[in-house]
Amino acid sequence: MPRISMDTFLGRYRNLIVLAAILFAQIIALAVQVRRPTDDGDTRLIRIWAISAVAPLEKAVVHSQEWVQGLWTNYLYLHGVRRENRDLRAEIERMKIEDARLNEDARMARRVQALLGFKEQYVDSTVAAQVIGTSGSEQSRILYIDKGSSDGIKTDMAVITPTGIVGKIVQVAPEWSQVLPINDQFSGVGAALKDSRLQGILKGAANGATTLQYIMSDEKVVPGEAVITSGGDRIFPKGLPVGTVVSAQPGKDLFLNIRVIPAAHLDRLEEVLVVTRITEKMPDAKELGPLRASDILAERLPTVPTKTGVDAAGNAKAAAAGTPATGDTTTNAAPGGAARPSTNTTGAKPAGANTGGGTVKPAVAGARKPPATLTTPRATAGATNGTTPVAKPEPTGTGSPASADATATPANGTTPPIKVRVVDNYDDSPTPKKAKPAAEPPPSASPEPAPSTTPPPGAQPQP
Amino acid sequence: MSTRAMPFRGSLTSREQLSVYEFSWPAIIFIPLIAVLIQVFIPVKVRFMPIIDLPFLVTIFFATARRNPVTGCLTGCFIGLLQDLFAGYNHYLGMFGIALTVVGYLASSLGVKIDVENPGSRFLITFVFFGLEEGVYYGVAHGLLRQGLQWSWSHVALSGLANAVIGIFVFRFLDRFKQR
Repeated sequence: MPRISMDTFLGRYRNLIVLAAILFAQIIALAVQVRRPTDDGDTRLIRIWAISAVAPLEKAVVHSQEWVQGLWTNYLYLHGVRRENRDLRAEIERMKIEDARLNEDARMARRVQALLGFKEQYVDSTVAAQVIGTSGSEQSRILYIDKGSSDGIKTDMAVITPTGIVGKIVQVAPEWSQVLPINDQFSGVGAALKDSRLQGILKGAANGATTLQYIMSDEKVVPGEAVITSGGDRIFPKGLPVGTVVSAQPGKDLFLNIRVIPAAHLDRLEEVLVVTRITEKMPDAKELGPLRASDILAERLPTVPTKTGVDAAGNAKAAAAGTPATGDTTTNAAPGGAARPSTNTTGAKPAGANTGGGTVKPAVAGARKPPATLTTPRATAGATNGTTPVAKPEPTGTGSPASADATATPANGTTPPIKVRVVDNYDDSPTPKKAKPAAEPPPSASPEPAPSTTPPPGAQPQP
Repeated sequence: MSTRAMPFRGSLTSREQLSVYEFSWPAIIFIPLIAVLIQVFIPVKVRFMPIIDLPFLVTIFFATARRNPVTGCLTGCFIGLLQDLFAGYNHYLGMFGIALTVVGYLASSLGVKIDVENPGSRFLITFVFFGLEEGVYYGVAHGLLRQGLQWSWSHVALSGLANAVIGIFVFRFLDRFKQR
């Protein structure tokens, strides 16, 4: 009798029993995977077999599609190519000019880096790879690329595009690799805000959004600010573009909630670059030619675009007409600000504050007050710069404080921390009295170049 | 036409008999496989593809066509595990498996009760079961595995609508593989 009832029970609940058995088996399998996670990126064999089985097929499909597309775009559909070629040539000419200017700036930056002992990371070699697949679900943003260990790919290598970083390699097979993009919820990238230099961690989310975390809520973050890699994760070289800040709102736990749009188009990636080697080296100042004392001083002084100078000149006229000082910086009336506006205006602030906006040569007045100028490092720099208009009697002094401030602001904005350190180093020199600025010749007009290529901080250009 | 007539057994529709379809073995094996491969590889070219869950649609189709809860949950388990294989880093094998097993079982159980041949009922079934699948997946990920997934009602609803619309066409296409 009990046997019959058992049969009846099994027959009646057969479907449910099967369902429970299948679910139970899968839950046990989940528990086993959680209990025994694979170490250091190893993956389950069944996954490798499955992906390896379909990867060649997908490679063939993707490459044949590329071939057909290339056949069409390279040989058949050439409409407008001549015009595009002409436009591109013009663009190249423009970029050559731009390149020359940037090269000069880069050389200057490298010299300063060499002086300060900064190490630079260079992307030495990359491997181009084709994206052949995704995880296929919204919960995971994994990408598959068609290059694997046979091409020199290893785990934790950075994956980038020319526009920005993509992610890192998390699993490698001989013929394919898995990339964890920066918008995956398990991703984390050391990132920094480009202008304010605030550092945080860029994390992804399940919905594909990327947020910059661990920046205190009392910091000011402006939408539109660029985000770059900080190099702190030891995967991405420092300074690669990450994205742009979209919004910054106070979040929980005293941190800002900063949303970032990735610079790389992560949802339509087709080709990526895997960084296979990063070298770290010191920039060699000797390769850059002899460094003159005037160059060192010139590096301390921010470059001002020509347009700004024109504005400053225009403002100087207003100052000569007796424009009253507005705002906080009466010191900005220093005409030295025209020659080297930024450091002058900021540096001469303490001393020049007594001069008032209507002073004709307030920089000289500022220079005549060495105690005030030597109280702070910037004041020293300002005092030194304050001599500029004396030696350079260019009539472009900014009489208007507002205009001088306007010229000071971008210069401060563009002045990297490196430059500040240089000033600090100079201030550490034990002979503050040599900063009698009024007696110094103009730095840019210094006729005696210093012979040293890598002078110590104390090796300032001697008057 | 090897359609078997299923006895009434409490059908909720006005039809006295519901058709139970069968499929050839190649169709049973290759249709889910192709669906998973499309799901994995098409999003490279099509941006919105991850919203569409082809393996889920195939599971619903097979489950409702066969009207057998046991084969329904076995089909769901097979397709879900196949999807798990390609889901990549930090995705445990069985997450989609469990979700689609439940969906397959319930869809086939429902297929016994109601007519699932017309587009309206297909639309509703797909929409409802998509929410169910997302819920089970979220429950497994959050409850069992302590993964910090975010649940968004609006996103689930929109994705469900998109899958329900696409499902009508996918089901119509897959109807050709029914053996009659």
